[in-house]
Amino acid sequence: MASQNLQSVPAELSPEELEREQAGQAYFDRIISEDSRIEPRDWMPEAYRKTLLRQISQHAHSEIIGMQPEANWITRAPSLKRKAILMAKVQDEAGHGLYLYSAAETLGQSRDKMTSDLIAGKARYSSIFNYPAISWADMGAIGWLVDGAAICNQVPLCRASYGPYGRAMVRICKEESFHQRQGFEILLELSNGTPAQKQMAQDAVNRWYAPALMMFGPPDDDSPNSKQSMAWNIKRFSNDELRSRFVGMMVEQVKVLGLTLPDKDIRFNEETKKWEHGPLDWNEFKDVLAGKGPCNAQRLERRREAHDDGAWVREAAAEYARKQAEKEYAA
Amino acid sequence: MTAPENETQDFAIEGHGDISVGVRGAGASGDGSASATRITPGNALRPEDIALEIRKGQVKPSDDVAEYALRIGDDGLILAQRLGHWISRAPELEEDVALGNIALDQLGHARSFLTYAGAAWDKSEDDLAYFRREHEFRSAHLFEQPNGDFAVTIARQFIVSYYQFELYKRLTGSTDATIAAIAAKALKEVDYHRDHSAQWVLRLAGGTEESRRRIVQAFKLVWPYVEELFEDDELTARLAESGAGVQPSSLRADFDQLTGAILSEAGLDEELNLERIPQSLGGGRQGKHSEHLGYLLAEMQVLAREHPGASW
Repeated sequence: MASQNLQSVPAELSPEELEREQAGQAYFDRIISEDSRIEPRDWMPEAYRKTLLRQISQHAHSEIIGMQPEANWITRAPSLKRKAILMAKVQDEAGHGLYLYSAAETLGQSRDKMTSDLIAGKARYSSIFNYPAISWADMGAIGWLVDGAAICNQVPLCRASYGPYGRAMVRICKEESFHQRQGFEILLELSNGTPAQKQMAQDAVNRWYAPALMMFGPPDDDSPNSKQSMAWNIKRFSNDELRSRFVGMMVEQVKVLGLTLPDKDIRFNEETKKWEHGPLDWNEFKDVLAGKGPCNAQRLERRREAHDDGAWVREAAAEYARKQAEKEYAA
Repeated sequence: MTAPENETQDFAIEGHGDISVGVRGAGASGDGSASATRITPGNALRPEDIALEIRKGQVKPSDDVAEYALRIGDDGLILAQRLGHWISRAPELEEDVALGNIALDQLGHARSFLTYAGAAWDKSEDDLAYFRREHEFRSAHLFEQPNGDFAVTIARQFIVSYYQFELYKRLTGSTDATIAAIAAKALKEVDYHRDHSAQWVLRLAGGTEESRRRIVQAFKLVWPYVEELFEDDELTARLAESGAGVQPSSLRADFDQLTGAILSEAGLDEELNLERIPQSLGGGRQGKHSEHLGYLLAEMQVLAREHPGASW
């Protein structure tokens, strides 16, 4: 693989350090070219570490913030079976957040630091969670479209070059499949229900379709970091390529649902063999990313509140552990 | 698990990340008749299994057993509704998972008990959960007490899980096979709830000054609702006689001993002086509730009642 030596070596290194750096870089380049895995103790370029840390922590934050729109319906779920499934799903998301924070910690940053960055508004998370979940059908549309898009994005990440990330993604993807299916099932049931239920389902699909497509990130010609991530075997497919695959899957599944996608321009391009979709409002995407979405402030405030209200509990646990250790030491 | 038919090998990773939907014709493989979400490991007893046995006429509770199952089921349901509110609000992600897990267990037990109870009156678990009014619920007052801060939730859970453990332990020997089976599954889960809440009682009592103050205050707030859990009445007397149920008062000595041991280890027993905390009159088993239940039910039932007869 060409052009891996992107790290400029600082001038102040001693000859020994320089040699170590060069040997590290050579090892790293070989691992990447063999499509093998980098592990936490391996040498890695600083930019690779930073890119991963940013991506994994953003992914973790997305899981945690993403709990909120769905938690919004746990207490109102319209049947006990649906309540149980939804609780299990939101609980899974907390678990995903935990694995991902742990994977990010192997890159040298603590969960506390990542959490405080999130609460301070310094970190990003998937911008789709800044839209409100206003009806029960949104639980279906989020599962089917949002988790569906997430899976398309994440399945290739199971082969990401950084070991802890790839391994965390394996388990996450298994659970995401279940999430996507339960979303589909909610919509299927609504679509085959009363006219009011079917209308609720269509309305939710209409609202979540475009934001779900934008989850794959900006178009390829406007995605500056993608190329490097692909060269490092973190990312395997371009944003547009994944988006196109996703549209192709949804276009079939929506027929079974008896609903429609709010996009008249979807077509399969026989020449490129790719699915195409209508224009997306990237200005809205940028606005929501910049904090102008309907729920940005609310989502962060909820996280801050939970964190601050829980501070005394965490302090108590730490203090208790310290006292226990002291007792054991004395004994 | 299978990958969608049109996937290329480099995109699909064998064995996971399947976004097929288990419905034939959906651009995916899978058993079209299978529920996409009917995934339960092992052969654990599920409410759907009980519902199936009821439909086949294999089981039917006596009126007394149905009333009894309704009480126990309502306890779990109301508590699950309370605990569910913690998810995304807990002090640590680990507690989002733990409290969510306990809520799920409670909801699972409730669904089984309510499904079984409903067989006596030709009602489903959802008929009972969503279309009864406040005075028709049979839960004890403890379960509807607000979450409060984390200490209140833990104090409530501590009492509940020690009470439920003693109850389910005895019900595994019920002469009603369905009650015995539900209790056997629930017992293992409630054992974990005991461990979780006892550990937190110890941590909060032995942590900081603030946490100790809060857990003491929490116990003072919820302890008045303990006595009601152990009150016998005519129904429980008949059930104890037939061997299908137990007299709640018969659980009290074990409950006192086991909770007392933890509270004493936490150094809370003298400060709390539990015997001197006045006990509330209760009345939940007769449908007399506190002011809290109405709000809880309004939220829980609102959507189902907007669409009566709808299926979800």
